[in-house]
Amino acid sequence: MTLKTYFSNIFSTIRSLLKGMRRTGYYFTHHKEIITQQYPEYKPPLPERFRGEVVMPHNADNEHKCTGCTACELACPNGTIKIVTKQEINAAGKKKKALDTFVYHLELCTMCNLCIVACPTDAIEMAQSFEHSVFDRNSLIKTLNEPGSKLEEGIE
Amino acid sequence: MALFLEFVIAGLLCIGLFAILGLVLVLMERKVSAYMQIRLGPNRVGPKGALQTLADTLKLLSKEGLTPRGADRFLFNLAPFVAMIGTMLLLAPIPFAKGFQLWDINIGVLYISAVSSLAVISILLAGWASNNKYSLLGAMRSGAQIVSYELSAGLSIIAIVVLTGSLSISDIIASQADGWWIFKGHLPVWIAFVTFIIAVTAETNRAPFDLAEAESELTAGFHTEYSGMKFALFFLAEYINIFIVCAIGAILFFGGWMPFHIGNWEGFNRIMDYIPSSVWFFGKTFFLIFVIMWFRWTFPRLRIDQLLNLEWKYLLPISMVNVLLITLVAILGWHF
Repeated sequence: MTLKTYFSNIFSTIRSLLKGMRRTGYYFTHHKEIITQQYPEYKPPLPERFRGEVVMPHNADNEHKCTGCTACELACPNGTIKIVTKQEINAAGKKKKALDTFVYHLELCTMCNLCIVACPTDAIEMAQSFEHSVFDRNSLIKTLNEPGSKLEEGIE
Repeated sequence: MALFLEFVIAGLLCIGLFAILGLVLVLMERKVSAYMQIRLGPNRVGPKGALQTLADTLKLLSKEGLTPRGADRFLFNLAPFVAMIGTMLLLAPIPFAKGFQLWDINIGVLYISAVSSLAVISILLAGWASNNKYSLLGAMRSGAQIVSYELSAGLSIIAIVVLTGSLSISDIIASQADGWWIFKGHLPVWIAFVTFIIAVTAETNRAPFDLAEAESELTAGFHTEYSGMKFALFFLAEYINIFIVCAIGAILFFGGWMPFHIGNWEGFNRIMDYIPSSVWFFGKTFFLIFVIMWFRWTFPRLRIDQLLNLEWKYLLPISMVNVLLITLVAILGWHF
Protein backbone atom coordinates (compact mmCIF):
# COMPACT_ATOMS: atom_id res chain seq x y z
CA MET A 1 0.00 0.00 0.00
CA THR A 2 1.52 3.24 -1.09
CA LEU A 3 1.23 6.36 0.95
CA LYS A 4 -1.08 7.82 -1.67
CA THR A 5 -3.61 5.00 -1.47
CA TYR A 6 -3.36 5.14 2.32
CA PHE A 7 -4.48 8.75 2.42
CA SER A 8 -7.00 8.43 -0.39
CA ASN A 9 -8.50 5.51 1.55
CA ILE A 10 -8.89 7.71 4.59
CA PHE A 11 -10.50 10.54 2.68
CA SER A 12 -12.86 8.35 0.70
CA THR A 13 -13.88 6.64 3.95
CA ILE A 14 -14.57 9.92 5.65
CA ARG A 15 -16.53 11.11 2.62
CA SER A 16 -18.73 8.06 2.49
CA LEU A 17 -19.28 8.13 6.26
CA LEU A 18 -20.31 11.78 6.08
CA LYS A 19 -22.65 10.93 3.23
CA GLY A 20 -24.38 8.36 5.41
CA MET A 21 -24.56 10.77 8.32
CA ARG A 22 -26.08 13.39 6.05
CA ARG A 23 -28.85 10.99 5.11
CA THR A 24 -29.73 10.04 8.70
CA GLY A 25 -29.32 13.65 9.76
CA TYR A 26 -31.82 14.63 7.10
CA TYR A 27 -34.29 12.07 8.40
CA PHE A 28 -33.71 13.26 11.94
CA THR A 29 -34.42 16.90 11.14
CA HIS A 30 -37.28 16.28 8.69
CA HIS A 31 -39.58 14.39 10.98
CA LYS A 32 -42.81 14.44 9.01
CA GLU A 33 -43.10 11.28 7.03
CA ILE A 34 -43.40 8.23 9.30
CA ILE A 35 -43.13 4.83 7.71
CA THR A 36 -44.61 2.92 10.65
CA GLN A 37 -48.33 2.77 11.39
CA GLN A 38 -49.88 3.45 14.78
CA TYR A 39 -51.69 0.16 14.93
CA PRO A 40 -54.57 0.21 17.42
CA GLU A 41 -55.58 3.74 16.45
CA TYR A 42 -55.04 3.27 12.76
CA LYS A 43 -56.02 -0.03 11.20
CA PRO A 44 -54.52 -0.44 7.78
CA PRO A 45 -56.83 -1.49 4.93
CA LEU A 46 -56.29 -5.19 4.34
CA PRO A 47 -56.07 -6.77 0.91
CA GLU A 48 -59.31 -8.16 -0.41
CA ARG A 49 -58.10 -11.75 -0.36
CA PHE A 50 -56.80 -11.56 3.23
CA ARG A 51 -57.79 -14.68 5.18
CA GLY A 52 -58.62 -13.91 8.78
CA GLU A 53 -61.16 -16.55 9.79
CA VAL A 54 -63.96 -18.64 8.32
CA VAL A 55 -67.41 -17.09 8.66
CA MET A 56 -70.82 -18.03 7.42
CA PRO A 57 -72.76 -15.08 6.06
CA HIS A 58 -76.45 -14.90 6.92
CA ASN A 59 -79.02 -12.83 5.08
CA ALA A 60 -81.61 -10.53 6.64
CA ASP A 61 -84.04 -13.38 7.36
CA ASN A 62 -81.35 -15.23 9.29
CA GLU A 63 -80.87 -17.75 6.53
CA HIS A 64 -77.58 -19.32 5.46
CA LYS A 65 -76.62 -21.37 2.44
CA CYS A 66 -75.09 -24.41 4.18
CA THR A 67 -76.74 -27.69 3.29
CA GLY A 68 -74.62 -29.70 5.72
CA CYS A 69 -72.96 -31.69 2.94
CA THR A 70 -69.66 -31.92 4.93
CA ALA A 71 -67.57 -31.20 1.85
CA CYS A 72 -65.64 -28.61 3.85
CA GLU A 73 -65.12 -31.01 6.72
CA LEU A 74 -63.62 -33.52 4.32
CA ALA A 75 -61.51 -30.90 2.61
CA CYS A 76 -60.01 -29.58 5.83
CA PRO A 77 -56.47 -30.94 6.29
CA ASN A 78 -56.40 -30.61 10.08
CA GLY A 79 -59.88 -31.28 11.34
CA THR A 80 -60.86 -27.71 11.95
CA ILE A 81 -64.48 -28.08 10.91
CA LYS A 82 -67.03 -30.38 12.50
CA ILE A 83 -70.53 -30.47 11.04
CA VAL A 84 -73.43 -31.84 13.01
CA THR A 85 -76.51 -32.63 10.93
CA LYS A 86 -80.13 -33.34 11.79
CA GLN A 87 -83.11 -34.81 10.00
CA GLU A 88 -85.70 -32.29 8.97
CA ILE A 89 -89.09 -32.64 7.32
CA ASN A 90 -89.48 -30.14 4.53
CA ALA A 91 -92.63 -28.59 3.03
CA ALA A 92 -93.24 -31.53 0.74
CA GLY A 93 -93.28 -33.83 3.75
CA LYS A 94 -90.03 -35.50 2.80
CA LYS A 95 -87.25 -36.27 5.31
CA LYS A 96 -84.11 -34.39 4.55
CA LYS A 97 -80.65 -33.92 6.07
CA ALA A 98 -79.97 -30.38 7.26
CA LEU A 99 -77.32 -28.48 9.17
CA ASP A 100 -77.62 -28.45 12.92
CA THR A 101 -74.32 -26.92 14.09
CA PHE A 102 -71.27 -25.82 12.14
CA VAL A 103 -68.42 -26.10 14.65
CA TYR A 104 -65.29 -24.21 13.65
CA HIS A 105 -62.05 -24.60 15.61
CA LEU A 106 -60.23 -21.34 14.99
CA GLU A 107 -57.29 -22.51 17.10
CA LEU A 108 -56.61 -25.33 14.61
CA CYS A 109 -57.23 -23.38 11.44
CA THR A 110 -54.30 -22.53 9.15
CA MET A 111 -56.38 -20.29 6.87
CA CYS A 112 -55.58 -22.51 3.88
CA ASN A 113 -58.88 -21.66 2.14
CA LEU A 114 -59.53 -25.28 1.10
CA CYS A 115 -62.94 -25.40 2.79
CA ILE A 116 -64.12 -22.33 0.94
CA VAL A 117 -63.00 -23.84 -2.35
CA ALA A 118 -64.71 -27.11 -1.53
CA CYS A 119 -68.07 -25.61 -0.61
CA PRO A 120 -70.57 -26.27 -3.42
CA THR A 121 -73.02 -23.58 -2.32
CA ASP A 122 -70.63 -20.78 -1.27
CA ALA A 123 -72.00 -20.93 2.25
CA ILE A 124 -68.74 -20.00 3.96
CA GLU A 125 -66.12 -17.39 3.25
CA MET A 126 -62.98 -15.80 4.71
CA ALA A 127 -63.41 -12.69 6.85
CA GLN A 128 -60.99 -9.80 7.27
CA SER A 129 -60.88 -9.91 11.07
CA PHE A 130 -57.55 -10.92 12.55
CA GLU A 131 -57.54 -9.86 16.20
CA HIS A 132 -58.24 -13.31 17.57
CA SER A 133 -56.34 -13.28 20.85
CA VAL A 134 -58.40 -14.43 23.84
CA PHE A 135 -57.59 -15.51 27.36
CA ASP A 136 -59.44 -18.82 27.17
CA ARG A 137 -58.79 -21.29 24.39
CA ASN A 138 -62.38 -22.50 24.54
CA SER A 139 -63.65 -19.24 23.14
CA LEU A 140 -61.85 -20.02 19.89
CA ILE A 141 -64.29 -22.88 19.24
CA LYS A 142 -67.03 -21.17 17.33
CA THR A 143 -70.45 -22.13 16.04
CA LEU A 144 -70.80 -20.48 12.67
CA ASN A 145 -74.52 -20.87 12.01
CA GLU A 146 -76.54 -18.48 14.12
CA PRO A 147 -79.19 -19.86 16.49
CA GLY A 148 -82.53 -20.33 14.81
CA SER A 149 -81.10 -19.90 11.35
CA LYS A 150 -82.22 -22.11 8.49
CA LEU A 151 -81.30 -22.95 4.92
CA GLU A 152 -82.08 -20.40 2.28
CA GLU A 153 -84.85 -21.33 -0.22
CA GLY A 154 -83.69 -22.97 -3.40
CA ILE A 155 -80.28 -24.17 -2.22
CA GLU A 156 -79.84 -27.89 -2.72
CA MET B 1 -19.43 15.40 61.10
CA ALA B 2 -19.41 18.04 58.41
CA LEU B 3 -17.17 15.85 56.29
CA PHE B 4 -19.50 12.92 56.75
CA LEU B 5 -22.46 15.05 55.71
CA GLU B 6 -20.52 16.11 52.65
CA PHE B 7 -19.92 12.48 51.73
CA VAL B 8 -23.60 11.67 52.11
CA ILE B 9 -24.68 14.61 49.96
CA ALA B 10 -22.10 13.87 47.26
CA GLY B 11 -23.03 10.19 47.25
CA LEU B 12 -26.73 10.94 46.97
CA LEU B 13 -26.10 13.40 44.15
CA CYS B 14 -24.00 10.83 42.29
CA ILE B 15 -26.61 8.11 42.63
CA GLY B 16 -29.35 10.53 41.66
CA LEU B 17 -27.39 11.63 38.62
CA PHE B 18 -26.85 7.98 37.68
CA ALA B 19 -30.51 7.14 37.89
CA ILE B 20 -31.65 10.22 35.99
CA LEU B 21 -28.97 9.93 33.33
CA GLY B 22 -29.76 6.26 32.81
CA LEU B 23 -33.42 7.02 32.24
CA VAL B 24 -32.81 10.08 30.08
CA LEU B 25 -30.08 8.58 27.90
CA VAL B 26 -31.94 5.36 27.16
CA LEU B 27 -35.03 7.34 26.22
CA MET B 28 -32.92 9.69 24.13
CA GLU B 29 -31.26 6.80 22.34
CA ARG B 30 -34.59 5.23 21.49
CA LYS B 31 -36.06 8.51 20.31
CA VAL B 32 -33.01 9.46 18.25
CA SER B 33 -32.88 6.03 16.64
CA ALA B 34 -36.58 6.21 15.87
CA TYR B 35 -36.33 9.64 14.30
CA MET B 36 -33.36 8.57 12.18
CA GLN B 37 -35.26 5.52 10.97
CA ILE B 38 -38.43 7.52 10.22
CA ARG B 39 -40.32 6.00 13.12
CA LEU B 40 -41.99 7.51 16.16
CA GLY B 41 -40.23 5.59 18.91
CA PRO B 42 -41.73 4.96 22.35
CA ASN B 43 -45.00 6.89 22.51
CA ARG B 44 -47.36 4.95 24.79
CA VAL B 45 -46.17 5.27 28.39
CA GLY B 46 -46.60 8.79 29.67
CA PRO B 47 -46.71 11.91 27.52
CA LYS B 48 -44.98 11.13 24.21
CA GLY B 49 -43.46 8.03 25.77
CA ALA B 50 -41.48 9.97 28.36
CA LEU B 51 -42.04 7.36 31.09
CA GLN B 52 -41.11 4.38 28.92
CA THR B 53 -37.66 3.88 30.45
CA LEU B 54 -39.08 4.19 33.95
CA ALA B 55 -41.49 1.38 33.15
CA ASP B 56 -38.61 -0.67 31.71
CA THR B 57 -36.59 -0.15 34.88
CA LEU B 58 -39.52 -1.24 37.05
CA LYS B 59 -39.84 -4.35 34.89
CA LEU B 60 -36.13 -5.12 35.27
CA LEU B 61 -36.36 -4.59 39.03
CA SER B 62 -39.15 -7.10 39.34
CA LYS B 63 -37.38 -9.74 37.28
CA GLU B 64 -35.43 -12.63 38.74
CA GLY B 65 -31.65 -12.24 38.80
CA LEU B 66 -30.74 -15.68 37.58
CA THR B 67 -27.31 -17.27 38.09
CA PRO B 68 -26.52 -20.13 35.72
CA ARG B 69 -25.59 -23.44 37.32
CA GLY B 70 -22.07 -23.70 35.90
CA ALA B 71 -21.21 -20.09 36.61
CA ASP B 72 -18.63 -18.84 39.07
CA ARG B 73 -21.14 -17.51 41.56
CA PHE B 74 -18.97 -14.94 43.28
CA LEU B 75 -17.38 -13.42 40.19
CA PHE B 76 -20.67 -13.57 38.29
CA ASN B 77 -22.40 -11.48 40.93
CA LEU B 78 -19.41 -9.22 41.43
CA ALA B 79 -18.97 -8.18 37.78
CA PRO B 80 -21.94 -5.77 37.48
CA PHE B 81 -20.82 -3.99 40.63
CA VAL B 82 -17.28 -3.65 39.33
CA ALA B 83 -18.70 -2.10 36.18
CA MET B 84 -20.77 0.29 38.27
CA ILE B 85 -17.90 1.21 40.61
CA GLY B 86 -15.56 1.87 37.70
CA THR B 87 -18.12 4.20 36.21
CA MET B 88 -18.81 5.94 39.53
CA LEU B 89 -15.12 6.59 40.14
CA LEU B 90 -14.99 8.46 36.85
CA LEU B 91 -17.52 11.01 38.06
CA ALA B 92 -15.15 12.40 40.69
CA PRO B 93 -13.02 14.83 38.66
CA ILE B 94 -15.73 16.05 36.26
CA PRO B 95 -16.78 19.67 36.75
CA PHE B 96 -20.50 19.92 36.05
CA ALA B 97 -20.52 23.69 36.38
CA LYS B 98 -18.22 26.49 37.43
CA GLY B 99 -16.71 25.34 40.74
CA PHE B 100 -18.99 22.31 40.94
CA GLN B 101 -16.55 19.45 41.07
CA LEU B 102 -16.20 16.58 43.51
CA TRP B 103 -12.44 16.26 43.44
CA ASP B 104 -10.11 18.70 41.72
CA ILE B 105 -6.94 16.63 41.47
CA ASN B 106 -3.92 17.87 39.57
CA ILE B 107 -3.75 14.70 37.45
CA GLY B 108 -7.44 14.65 36.49
CA VAL B 109 -6.92 13.59 32.88
CA LEU B 110 -4.52 10.81 33.83
CA TYR B 111 -6.96 9.63 36.50
CA ILE B 112 -9.77 9.44 33.97
CA SER B 113 -7.79 7.56 31.36
CA ALA B 114 -6.54 5.15 34.02
CA VAL B 115 -9.88 4.47 35.67
CA SER B 116 -11.82 4.20 32.42
CA SER B 117 -9.77 1.13 31.53
CA LEU B 118 -11.22 -0.61 34.61
CA ALA B 119 -14.36 -1.13 32.54
CA VAL B 120 -12.66 -3.95 30.69
CA ILE B 121 -12.10 -5.87 33.94
CA SER B 122 -15.80 -6.02 34.66
CA ILE B 123 -16.50 -7.18 31.13
CA LEU B 124 -13.83 -9.88 31.32
CA LEU B 125 -15.13 -10.97 34.74
CA ALA B 126 -18.66 -11.19 33.44
CA GLY B 127 -17.62 -13.08 30.34
CA TRP B 128 -15.42 -15.54 32.19
CA ALA B 129 -17.73 -16.17 35.13
CA SER B 130 -20.79 -16.80 32.97
CA ASN B 131 -19.38 -20.13 31.77
CA ASN B 132 -20.85 -19.45 28.35
CA LYS B 133 -18.96 -19.46 25.09
CA TYR B 134 -20.76 -16.42 23.75
CA SER B 135 -19.99 -14.45 26.88
CA LEU B 136 -16.34 -15.45 26.81
CA LEU B 137 -15.96 -14.58 23.14
CA GLY B 138 -17.62 -11.22 23.68
CA ALA B 139 -15.44 -10.49 26.68
CA MET B 140 -12.24 -11.40 24.89
CA ARG B 141 -13.16 -9.27 21.91
CA SER B 142 -13.98 -6.42 24.22
CA GLY B 143 -10.60 -6.82 25.88
CA ALA B 144 -8.77 -6.63 22.55
CA GLN B 145 -10.90 -3.69 21.51
CA ILE B 146 -10.57 -1.58 24.64
CA VAL B 147 -6.86 -2.22 25.02
CA SER B 148 -6.18 -1.12 21.45
CA TYR B 149 -8.48 1.86 21.31
CA GLU B 150 -7.25 3.22 24.61
CA LEU B 151 -3.99 4.07 22.88
CA SER B 152 -5.46 6.50 20.41
CA ALA B 153 -7.89 7.88 22.98
CA GLY B 154 -4.91 8.52 25.25
CA LEU B 155 -2.88 10.11 22.46
CA SER B 156 -5.68 12.46 21.53
CA ILE B 157 -6.03 13.44 25.19
CA ILE B 158 -2.28 14.06 25.25
CA ALA B 159 -2.71 16.46 22.34
CA ILE B 160 -4.76 18.76 24.57
CA VAL B 161 -2.46 18.20 27.53
CA VAL B 162 0.44 19.35 25.38
CA LEU B 163 -1.39 22.50 24.40
CA THR B 164 -2.49 23.27 27.95
CA GLY B 165 0.62 22.14 29.73
CA SER B 166 -1.40 20.71 32.59
CA LEU B 167 -3.11 17.45 33.53
CA SER B 168 -5.57 19.14 35.84
CA ILE B 169 -9.07 19.40 34.45
CA SER B 170 -9.75 22.81 35.96
CA ASP B 171 -6.56 24.14 34.34
CA ILE B 172 -7.59 22.69 30.99
CA ILE B 173 -10.94 24.43 31.23
CA ALA B 174 -9.34 27.68 32.41
CA SER B 175 -7.03 27.63 29.38
CA GLN B 176 -10.09 27.78 27.13
CA ALA B 177 -11.50 31.01 28.54
CA ASP B 178 -10.55 32.93 25.39
CA GLY B 179 -11.74 30.24 22.98
CA TRP B 180 -12.23 26.52 22.94
CA TRP B 181 -9.37 24.32 21.78
CA ILE B 182 -11.37 23.10 18.83
CA PHE B 183 -11.26 26.69 17.48
CA LYS B 184 -7.86 27.68 18.79
CA GLY B 185 -5.88 24.61 17.82
CA HIS B 186 -6.25 24.52 14.02
CA LEU B 187 -6.34 21.23 12.12
CA PRO B 188 -4.32 19.06 14.56
CA VAL B 189 -6.93 19.53 17.26
CA TRP B 190 -9.64 18.61 14.79
CA ILE B 191 -7.77 15.42 13.97
CA ALA B 192 -7.33 14.74 17.68
CA PHE B 193 -11.04 15.33 18.24
CA VAL B 194 -12.11 12.94 15.47
CA THR B 195 -9.70 10.29 16.74
CA PHE B 196 -10.98 10.81 20.26
CA ILE B 197 -14.62 10.41 19.24
CA ILE B 198 -13.87 7.24 17.27
CA ALA B 199 -11.77 5.79 20.07
CA VAL B 200 -14.30 6.47 22.82
CA THR B 201 -17.11 5.07 20.71
CA ALA B 202 -15.06 1.88 20.54
CA GLU B 203 -14.13 2.04 24.21
CA THR B 204 -17.75 2.25 25.32
CA ASN B 205 -18.53 -0.77 23.13
CA ARG B 206 -21.10 1.04 21.07
CA ALA B 207 -22.11 0.34 17.51
CA PRO B 208 -20.41 0.41 15.01
CA PHE B 209 -17.87 -1.12 17.40
CA ASP B 210 -20.28 -3.22 19.46
CA LEU B 211 -18.34 -6.44 19.04
CA ALA B 212 -18.52 -7.18 22.75
CA GLU B 213 -22.29 -7.42 22.55
CA ALA B 214 -22.72 -8.37 18.92
CA GLU B 215 -26.41 -9.18 19.05
CA SER B 216 -26.32 -10.82 15.66
CA GLU B 217 -23.60 -13.36 16.33
CA LEU B 218 -23.08 -13.58 20.11
CA THR B 219 -26.71 -13.07 21.28
CA ALA B 220 -25.62 -10.42 23.81
CA GLY B 221 -21.92 -11.05 24.31
CA PHE B 222 -20.68 -10.69 27.85
CA HIS B 223 -24.10 -10.11 29.40
CA THR B 224 -25.85 -13.04 27.73
CA GLU B 225 -26.42 -14.76 31.06
CA TYR B 226 -27.39 -11.69 33.04
CA SER B 227 -30.98 -10.86 33.79
CA GLY B 228 -32.98 -8.52 35.96
CA MET B 229 -31.17 -5.90 37.96
CA LYS B 230 -27.69 -7.29 37.27
CA PHE B 231 -28.26 -6.75 33.58
CA ALA B 232 -29.68 -3.33 34.35
CA LEU B 233 -26.45 -2.39 36.15
CA PHE B 234 -24.40 -3.26 33.06
CA PHE B 235 -26.81 -1.38 30.88
CA LEU B 236 -26.74 1.64 33.17
CA ALA B 237 -22.94 1.58 33.40
CA GLU B 238 -22.74 1.51 29.61
CA TYR B 239 -24.88 4.60 29.25
CA ILE B 240 -23.19 6.48 32.08
CA ASN B 241 -19.87 5.67 30.42
CA ILE B 242 -21.11 7.30 27.26
CA PHE B 243 -22.06 10.37 29.26
CA ILE B 244 -18.66 10.48 30.93
CA VAL B 245 -16.58 10.10 27.80
CA CYS B 246 -18.70 12.75 26.10
CA ALA B 247 -18.24 15.01 29.11
CA ILE B 248 -14.49 14.52 28.85
CA GLY B 249 -14.64 15.26 25.13
CA ALA B 250 -16.58 18.41 25.92
CA ILE B 251 -14.05 19.40 28.59
CA LEU B 252 -11.01 18.81 26.43
CA PHE B 253 -12.18 20.19 23.11
CA PHE B 254 -15.20 22.39 23.83
CA GLY B 255 -14.17 24.04 27.07
CA GLY B 256 -16.37 22.20 29.57
CA TRP B 257 -18.59 24.74 31.29
CA MET B 258 -16.82 27.64 29.59
CA PRO B 259 -19.27 29.84 27.65
CA PHE B 260 -18.82 30.52 23.96
CA HIS B 261 -16.76 33.68 23.53
CA ILE B 262 -15.67 35.43 20.34
CA GLY B 263 -12.52 37.53 20.58
CA ASN B 264 -13.43 40.99 21.83
CA TRP B 265 -17.13 41.19 21.02
CA GLU B 266 -17.91 42.47 24.52
CA GLY B 267 -21.70 42.54 24.14
CA PHE B 268 -21.91 39.07 22.65
CA ASN B 269 -19.60 37.64 25.30
CA ARG B 270 -21.65 39.20 28.08
CA ILE B 271 -24.86 37.65 26.75
CA MET B 272 -23.13 34.27 26.59
CA ASP B 273 -22.04 34.70 30.20
CA TYR B 274 -25.67 35.00 31.26
CA ILE B 275 -26.30 31.39 30.26
CA PRO B 276 -25.44 29.31 33.36
CA SER B 277 -22.25 27.28 33.15
CA SER B 278 -24.09 24.02 33.88
CA VAL B 279 -26.24 24.60 30.81
CA TRP B 280 -23.10 25.01 28.73
CA PHE B 281 -21.60 21.85 30.14
CA PHE B 282 -24.66 19.69 29.67
CA GLY B 283 -25.41 21.21 26.29
CA LYS B 284 -22.00 20.33 24.93
CA THR B 285 -22.03 16.90 26.51
CA PHE B 286 -25.44 16.05 25.13
CA PHE B 287 -24.42 17.32 21.73
CA LEU B 288 -21.52 14.86 21.74
CA ILE B 289 -23.79 12.10 22.99
CA PHE B 290 -26.09 12.88 20.10
CA VAL B 291 -23.17 12.63 17.68
CA ILE B 292 -22.23 9.22 19.06
CA MET B 293 -25.84 8.08 18.77
CA TRP B 294 -25.85 9.44 15.25
CA PHE B 295 -22.86 7.17 14.49
CA ARG B 296 -24.65 4.20 15.93
CA TRP B 297 -27.74 4.59 13.81
CA THR B 298 -25.87 5.37 10.61
CA PHE B 299 -22.83 3.17 10.28
CA PRO B 300 -22.65 -0.56 9.64
CA ARG B 301 -20.80 -2.73 12.14
CA LEU B 302 -17.15 -3.62 11.75
CA ARG B 303 -15.70 -7.10 11.81
CA ILE B 304 -13.08 -7.80 14.47
CA ASP B 305 -10.21 -7.72 11.96
CA GLN B 306 -11.50 -4.49 10.43
CA LEU B 307 -11.79 -3.07 13.91
CA LEU B 308 -8.19 -3.84 14.79
CA ASN B 309 -7.01 -2.69 11.35
CA LEU B 310 -8.70 0.65 11.86
CA GLU B 311 -6.93 1.16 15.16
CA TRP B 312 -3.44 -0.15 14.44
CA LYS B 313 -3.11 0.89 10.81
CA TYR B 314 -4.97 4.17 10.78
CA LEU B 315 -5.88 5.76 14.10
CA LEU B 316 -2.68 5.03 15.99
CA PRO B 317 -0.17 6.21 13.34
CA ILE B 318 -2.29 9.25 12.59
CA SER B 319 -2.62 10.23 16.22
CA MET B 320 1.11 9.72 16.80
CA VAL B 321 1.96 12.04 13.93
CA ASN B 322 -0.72 14.34 15.21
CA VAL B 323 0.86 14.55 18.66
CA LEU B 324 4.08 15.56 16.94
CA LEU B 325 2.24 18.25 14.99
CA ILE B 326 0.53 19.50 18.11
CA THR B 327 3.82 19.67 19.94
CA LEU B 328 5.18 21.81 17.09
CA VAL B 329 2.12 24.04 17.28
CA ALA B 330 2.50 24.37 21.04
CA ILE B 331 6.24 25.06 20.97
CA LEU B 332 6.05 27.58 18.16
CA GLY B 333 2.94 29.15 19.64
CA TRP B 334 0.92 28.88 16.45
CA HIS B 335 -2.36 28.40 18.31
CA PHE B 336 -4.36 31.48 19.17
